[in-house]
Amino acid sequence: MVVIKKQDELVWKKRTTREQWINWFYWLIGISIVLFAWKIISDKTVWFFVQDAPRQAADIGSRMVPPKWSYSLELIKPVWDTINIATLGTVIAMIIAVPVAFCAARNTTPHSTVRIVALFIIVASRSVNSLIWALMLVFILGPGVLAGTVAIGLRSIGFCAKLIYESIEEIDANQVEAVKATGASNLQQMIYGIIPQVLPTIAGVGIYRWDINIRESTILGLVGAGGIGLQLNGSINTLAWTQVSTILLVILATVFVSEWVSAKVRGAII
Amino acid sequence: MNNVSETLYPNNWKKPPFIKRSWLRWSIIIGSILYLIAALSSMDINIQRVLEGIPRGQRFIESFFPPNFSDNRGVVWEGILESIWMAIISTVAGIALSIPIGLGAARNLAPLWVYMTCRFIIAASRTFPEIILAIFAVKLFGFGPFAGFIALSLGTIGFFAKLLAEDIENSSPAQAEAVKATGANWFQWINYAIQPQVMPRMIGLSVYRLDINFRESAVVGIVGGGGIGATLNTAFSRYEFDTAAAILLVIIGIVMVLEYASSHLRKWVQ
Repeated sequence: MVVIKKQDELVWKKRTTREQWINWFYWLIGISIVLFAWKIISDKTVWFFVQDAPRQAADIGSRMVPPKWSYSLELIKPVWDTINIATLGTVIAMIIAVPVAFCAARNTTPHSTVRIVALFIIVASRSVNSLIWALMLVFILGPGVLAGTVAIGLRSIGFCAKLIYESIEEIDANQVEAVKATGASNLQQMIYGIIPQVLPTIAGVGIYRWDINIRESTILGLVGAGGIGLQLNGSINTLAWTQVSTILLVILATVFVSEWVSAKVRGAII
Repeated sequence: MNNVSETLYPNNWKKPPFIKRSWLRWSIIIGSILYLIAALSSMDINIQRVLEGIPRGQRFIESFFPPNFSDNRGVVWEGILESIWMAIISTVAGIALSIPIGLGAARNLAPLWVYMTCRFIIAASRTFPEIILAIFAVKLFGFGPFAGFIALSLGTIGFFAKLLAEDIENSSPAQAEAVKATGANWFQWINYAIQPQVMPRMIGLSVYRLDINFRESAVVGIVGGGGIGATLNTAFSRYEFDTAAAILLVIIGIVMVLEYASSHLRKWVQ
């Protein structure tokens, strides 16, 4: 902030001239990077197809209405599968994530080497998308719901463990010390001092991730890992656009319901 | 000595249960057991196939090592760079679109009809995973990074505009009123009263979204949206697992760097 004199008048400015120049300089760098990125992308684009897009959109749009409602009866089993993938995947993830989180938290980790391994597990699980996990697991476990469930589980470990270990690091140490003062062993300190403090977080994280997993499991079928994505992929490939719009509406409804459930349950816990 | 009545202290203590109402606790336990049985029985896991897959999985993982960074076709680094440019441009474009939508979706700035419209756009963009957006973008704009760019930008709107709107709604009305009292016009009001309050969090979030977009760019390629995902998918379908391993390691490395950078940047901004 600076006040400068301009023709016998005091004017307030947010920045000094020097700061202003530095600011412009940063903007210049940022904009050049963006323009460069845009050039790279646009070089690889066939602009004819892009110009054609509005017509294509209108065409597909007109083919998608009205949705084929009778098809939605066939979607009950896929939706059930999708929900199972998300739920069981979340359960697997939570079973693994809690110990990993305890190893990763600075105040509960048995050893600093263990901590590094745990942090690596968290980052590795988080950086690989569930679709890529599914792509690999379909090779190993065969196509089907099982591959999808394990993929969702592996993907969610990192997310859950990260949020849980951050909350373990923020616990109130006094309570743990009070439990320790009664002569409790390390395990007892864990059970009676730490876990009660993080239990609401663990439950909340689990439900939050379940909600995300419902969304993610709708697409796993694209690589053959079960769920409603299988039908979506099949309908798109056979150009059955009325079925596609039905599937999209069913996904929309499932996501809304799961969001509502998770908001209610989280509200009840916290 | 006998007439001193002994006070009976309980020598057993039990931890209070997490859910206090016992009927609710039991119905949740029984309900989840029933659900598990129903879900597992409908999954039709083919044990034979899984057992068959274990040695296959072992070979699969073995063929990952050593990761082949200098692959035969020289496309790994090209794909990574394309993903990076795609992530940058789609984050910038997405944020540029999110700012007006986010301002419109904040109840304390916008009239009701603008608010409802913007909230609807946000909800629509949040419901569908980026992959589904990418499938349609590929149909409309043709194969290549442009489709991925469109899908990721649309995905960014739902994320960024929602958080921006919530942050604006939580900002302090006193500062906004103080600036308004100086006679500022609407743009000055936004620029000097609202923007400084939400800026630190938004910078952190935009780096986080860059991180998400980079990770997502690895999967939009699977449906034809360009970037490293296309390379990864090709590597998998050509059974070049050492190249796939190299790609996954590079993705993990870049995500780690971005995560480190974003936590630093957030500390520096606040």
